[in-house]
Amino acid sequence: MRSGRIWAWIVFALGAAYFLVPLLATFEFSLRIRREGYTFDAYANVFSDPLFQATFGYSLLIGLLTIVVGVLIVVPAAYFVRLRMPGLRPIIEFVTLLPLIVPAIVLVFGYIRLYNSSSWLPLTGSRLGTDLLLIFGYVALALPYMYRAIDTGLRTIDVKTLTEAATILGANQATILMRVIFPNIAVAVLSGAFLTLAIVMGEFTIASLLNRPAFGPYLQNVGANRAFEPSALAIVSFVFTWAAMGMIQLLARFAPKTAARTD
Amino acid sequence: MSTDQNTAAGPELSGPAARTTTAPLRWLREASLGDWLAVLPFLVFSVMFLVLPTLWLFANAFADRAGNFTFQNILDLGTPQIIASFWISIRVSFASAALGAVIGLAIALAIIRGRLPAPIRSAVMTFSGVASNFAGIPLAFAFLATLGRLGLVTVLLDTVFGFNIYRAGFNILSFWGLTLTYLYFQIPLMVLIIAPAIDGLKKEWSEAAATLGASPWQFWRYVGLPVLWPNLLGCLSLLFANAFGAIATAYALTGSSLNIVPILLYAQIRGDVLQNPGLGAALALGMVVVTALANVIYLVVRARAERWLK
Repeated sequence: MRSGRIWAWIVFALGAAYFLVPLLATFEFSLRIRREGYTFDAYANVFSDPLFQATFGYSLLIGLLTIVVGVLIVVPAAYFVRLRMPGLRPIIEFVTLLPLIVPAIVLVFGYIRLYNSSSWLPLTGSRLGTDLLLIFGYVALALPYMYRAIDTGLRTIDVKTLTEAATILGANQATILMRVIFPNIAVAVLSGAFLTLAIVMGEFTIASLLNRPAFGPYLQNVGANRAFEPSALAIVSFVFTWAAMGMIQLLARFAPKTAARTD
Repeated sequence: MSTDQNTAAGPELSGPAARTTTAPLRWLREASLGDWLAVLPFLVFSVMFLVLPTLWLFANAFADRAGNFTFQNILDLGTPQIIASFWISIRVSFASAALGAVIGLAIALAIIRGRLPAPIRSAVMTFSGVASNFAGIPLAFAFLATLGRLGLVTVLLDTVFGFNIYRAGFNILSFWGLTLTYLYFQIPLMVLIIAPAIDGLKKEWSEAAATLGASPWQFWRYVGLPVLWPNLLGCLSLLFANAFGAIATAYALTGSSLNIVPILLYAQIRGDVLQNPGLGAALALGMVVVTALANVIYLVVRARAERWLK
């Protein structure tokens, strides 16, 4: 079995090379903006660009609103399907798989045709409406991940017993959801939230076709016009993605370890 | 589900008759108005922002400019330009899915069954989570800085070994360039989705095989791979769909010099380059049909695979 171990190390080393070299190369490239030697000037240029600040802030805000809307839609549905309407489960699960089948570009094409300024619901007619449409599009993109995270969270707690206990104590359904169920799955909800943020922050297709001043289209624009700043932006994006995923890992340590008695 | 107390604060509508019958759809009649109100936002959202836009495009694909039913848009997909873009899309998606599946499987096997130190395993899994989400435009920037004409690897190979990969025929704006770039998110995704299946390969199986005198190669040939096989096929179709719908990386990398289907559709939505709105809808329908086929294979195959991994 010794040869098996050597083979494993070789595979690991080759994989590590493929994944680390582009990161190193990008970092090195981002430092090359001055002829005389390595500087962080490209980063300074990026961070001081008012458009960077504006688009990053806009995408962050849209991302947070996406999380809020997503949680408000998914948590009650996942809870009631698990507790009282198990027959709806296949339908809900099919719907949450749809965004994996229908690519984002097809989805936004449908939005533009269905909700344009001369339609029955002219969302793209106003700025606020287009922002809303962008948020809904992102909720749709994140739906598979959000639903799975929340459903996994619900599976690890004993939904039925908690609900019965709260009912005996006189709580109504809204109270149960907000003060009993939600705190118990907060960790799962948060990991879904960070994944959503990682997906939304650099998203290009939907934001670009809806003409919103988001971070993704800004990235594309810098890429088409600058030489070294794109590399700096790639490193910044990578660090941001790493931070979001790191938060999920960190949260996993706080997740309840006990399995539910019933499933 | 037999919670007989009605816990809804709102008005109750479930009739008493629902309690006495044991029909399969009992949950439907026992569900109170409060239950439906809680699920309603999800259902309304799904219909308005997932189902309707897709169906509306499908309907458009079969309508001419005046709104009459026609197959002309579907037939028009047969132009050389569109066939070429579907062909390059399918080739890039399949190549990156197949290579991603094989390499991802090798890495997953190395970290899970290769007895590498435990910290390496958790580091690889964490990195996979990050890299599988590090797609889109920043990924294109990273590969331009690596394998572009002035990229670090290109320059190093040229100055140190005197080997110019661009003179040797490589180009980041080509089929292989795009495939190599896509692998950066395909391989980690494969590692993430195949790891549970490899964990499911019970230790007893390889011990039993070894007891019966099987070599490691024989174990993988007759036990390991046949058990993993449906799962591998499923992962392959998921990776395929993942690459097929991706646009941002290719757009930032190649502009419109590599006409994959999503880029063609993007140009069509932006400026009606095909000069026929119905044809755009047909293009979108074609994309959904391809990814749906890949996902149907995944779902069917996953259902078979799960029997072994209890």
